[in-house]
Amino acid sequence: MPKDAGIGASPKRREDVRFLTGRGQYTDDIDLAGQLYVHFVRSDVAHGTIEGIDTSAAAAMPGVVRIFTGADFEGVGGLPCGWQVTDRHGEVMQEPGHPVLARGKVRHVGDPYAAVVAKSRSQARDAAEAIEATITELPAVVDMAAALADGAPKVHDDLTSNLCYDWGFVEDNRDKVDEAIRSAAHVTTLELKNNRLVANPMEPRVAVGDYNPATGESTLYTTSQNPHVIRLLMGAFVLGIPEHKLRVVAPDVGGGFGTKIFHYAEEAFCTFAAKELKKPVKWTSTRSEAFMSDAHGRDHVTKIELALDADNNFTAVRTSTMANMGAYLSTFAPSVPTWLHGTLMAGNYRTPLVYVNVRAVFTNTVPVDAYRGAGRPEATFQLERVIDKAARELGVDPIALRRQNFVKADQFPYQTPVAVVYDTGNYDATMDVLERIGDLAGFEARRKESEAKGLLRGLGVNCYIEACGIAPSNLVGQLGARAGLYDAATVRVNATGSISVMVGAHSHGQGHETTFPQVLAEMIGIGEDQIEIVHGDTSKIPFGMGTYGSRSIAVCGSAMVRATEKIIRKAKKIAAHLLEADAGDIELKDGKFSVAGTDKSVDWSGVTLAAYVPHNYPLEDIEPGLEETAFYDPANFTYPAGAYACEVEVDPETGKVTIQRFAAADDFGNVINPMIVEGQVHGGLAQGIGQALLENCAYDETGQLISASYMDYAMPRADDVPFYSVDHSAATPCTHNPLGVKGCGEAGAIGSPPAVVNAVIDALASGGKSVGHIDMPLSPARVWAAMAGADTPDGASEGAADRSLGGAAH
Amino acid sequence: MPKVSMVVNGEAATGEVEGRTLLVDFLRGSLRLTGTHVGCDTSQCGACVVHVNGEAVKACSIFAAECEGAEVKTIEGMANADGSLSTIQQAFQDHHGLQCGFCTPGMVMSAAALLKDNPKPTEAEVRHYLEGNLCRCTGYHNIVKAVLAASGQEVGGAAVAAE
Repeated sequence: MPKDAGIGASPKRREDVRFLTGRGQYTDDIDLAGQLYVHFVRSDVAHGTIEGIDTSAAAAMPGVVRIFTGADFEGVGGLPCGWQVTDRHGEVMQEPGHPVLARGKVRHVGDPYAAVVAKSRSQARDAAEAIEATITELPAVVDMAAALADGAPKVHDDLTSNLCYDWGFVEDNRDKVDEAIRSAAHVTTLELKNNRLVANPMEPRVAVGDYNPATGESTLYTTSQNPHVIRLLMGAFVLGIPEHKLRVVAPDVGGGFGTKIFHYAEEAFCTFAAKELKKPVKWTSTRSEAFMSDAHGRDHVTKIELALDADNNFTAVRTSTMANMGAYLSTFAPSVPTWLHGTLMAGNYRTPLVYVNVRAVFTNTVPVDAYRGAGRPEATFQLERVIDKAARELGVDPIALRRQNFVKADQFPYQTPVAVVYDTGNYDATMDVLERIGDLAGFEARRKESEAKGLLRGLGVNCYIEACGIAPSNLVGQLGARAGLYDAATVRVNATGSISVMVGAHSHGQGHETTFPQVLAEMIGIGEDQIEIVHGDTSKIPFGMGTYGSRSIAVCGSAMVRATEKIIRKAKKIAAHLLEADAGDIELKDGKFSVAGTDKSVDWSGVTLAAYVPHNYPLEDIEPGLEETAFYDPANFTYPAGAYACEVEVDPETGKVTIQRFAAADDFGNVINPMIVEGQVHGGLAQGIGQALLENCAYDETGQLISASYMDYAMPRADDVPFYSVDHSAATPCTHNPLGVKGCGEAGAIGSPPAVVNAVIDALASGGKSVGHIDMPLSPARVWAAMAGADTPDGASEGAADRSLGGAAH
Repeated sequence: MPKVSMVVNGEAATGEVEGRTLLVDFLRGSLRLTGTHVGCDTSQCGACVVHVNGEAVKACSIFAAECEGAEVKTIEGMANADGSLSTIQQAFQDHHGLQCGFCTPGMVMSAAALLKDNPKPTEAEVRHYLEGNLCRCTGYHNIVKAVLAASGQEVGGAAVAAE
């Protein structure tokens, strides 16, 4: 029987009622008295020298209050980068400046170089059109290989080249990996692209800056996944506002997927301008602006080699990747292709030797940073694609090849050759579940049905592992992080026993307001409706690092547990006093403190009232009140893992791919709310399917963003996806956090793209088309071209997709 | 500026608008009905769907002035008279058909319009009808389930049962 309350139950989400009745409070719903509106003037060329900006005509337009340009920000700092990568030669990365408004040059389409503040949104927009900027267009670098070529135009004139860093991992293994590949019985090689994506939370970004001249306090309302991170970065590095004079509020936020982690120019602008003008300043991104100003995701070009011995054991993996940074370093950009990518390259397998080389490249494109999965989808995609290709080349079953090379259940904790130690897992168990829920045994019969309709049916399977619960601060500090990655919770028990919990995590769809109380209710034995979660306002919550990297329950949830343990310890002392017993004899069960072995007891609310009305209370021993804070710094990452299966039909006449079935077997450790966890997986799957079949952020060779609206960027829609079959029963609880949880937010997006591509390759093979690889997204044109190319006698088809698109989109 | 009058959620609403003011901006800005959301600027995401004279309309694709005299219903007017959630709203909660909530008002308004025209849609009909509403959180799985459930149909299918 499923539980109806507490850990493991699926109560309906309490946040739903406000969202279903139009009573959510998103940032754009905030209008402050006297507020002004800003419209940013953005570069329409990818690279250019700003010769001059004539604002005189615009300044005379109705309603215009002030026009800002880069010169207005010379006294403040630039947007900081939160992670410094050291390269394989021991040199720190090249780190360019990132001004709030461009000075001297514009470096990507969308780079803001002026801002009009006016009394209404339309007045600001109208006046922006009257600004006359003289920008001399410069040759742009868009393709990463071209950007690294000798003599390439430089994105940043003060850097030595467009190479941000040349990272090697594990550098000491380099020669051994080379030797293993030279001496292997078989080597499978694959060159592939991980397509550039735009995160596209449905709520565009919004910022409202406010300033109170009487108190000197600035307030920023913003669409953020981590208000304290924004306060720290913007206060300390950009605007020089001390924390106690800066409040950052992220109210209801309409999805994030990584792109709302970062500190953006518009946030700093609105905070700065509000102080300058002594009036609130609001910016609401249009979707078109979002495409050219939200940090993009992925955009890796990789060569991967998998070496196997004569018995098909993996002996080495070697990868070489170019990772696009875009024109500036977004907040956590350098960490994504390195520590969030290279450390996962062992995957679910015992491969003893791994070497990962990553060259990060500046180009005249929008900055690229973490998007759902962040580095781990890129690692998973290349590894699981090359394994599938190896199975095809060797003529072995792709599931059997994976099982043969799995880290086995009795080998945990498992030290990988890429630094990380997997604490627990059971990859055969998740594969067993997958075979069952995906009915893989029934595939051949379904294939015959498809063939009878003239369609090719394919089955694609892959595994994934990810590192979540980000992250141990001392470890990431050694790796270049400029922040700690603990989290914090304050548990405030009120006099009558209800509880307010202030958390550093931020909920923007994850349902923390429902799940976090489930944990507390179980620990204390009171109703979930007695517990309220407070998040998103730095003036209310303790300093926590926010929500990303599937960390909320694993890190912030652990902090909440630790704080609650302190509460319970103190409450037991109070109960012991009330019951005239020893604290060591007090038991807490179902909201009641009792003396072990007796019928003496006091209710939870009796203890809490005593804490706040301490008339009969051991004041000489303990303080009144019942409120505790805990900071939790994880001892290790968590390692969710799983196995996914996709079945597709391909129309051989058109190349059109339809997803027929998708099954996901995950190991998330313990699960607090299965309904919410399954929902997280569903959403991740759609994003991964979107990447595999539909989505592509494309630039032309001059750096124009071709896919700059929903007219051109194909978001997955309801009829692009099937009902999914998901299961998280093969659980191995995390060994190092108090809840045994691993995190579930990113898995779906990490695990699904290779399954889709593997399935399409399998479908084509069933039709006699031997295709090595097709780059995502697998549009009908690309699939059709690959099939056409595969009709040649040698069956070679890699690169067919590029030919079909003239190599323009990457 | 011209005046516009309409009935919104059963109440008379009047305001001054520019000729170019979109219905969604009138609802959000002048009437402070902020439940209707704006997720794009090309009329594709569907976060702003409302009912105008009983028909589902993307409120970003119609001028406020065009709605002179119209009956407009927004998400704020969807609950039952006693404040409880209507059948379609309740189905979204029961089936976890929303996460961040941003697309939700448009989804609910579209789904309600679908069920008015087609009280027992098939899964394929639901998916096709909702093509004009983008959701980035749910993967549509639980939205489709919620709409089917709101139509009083069993939410079946092998894939769903396998959960």
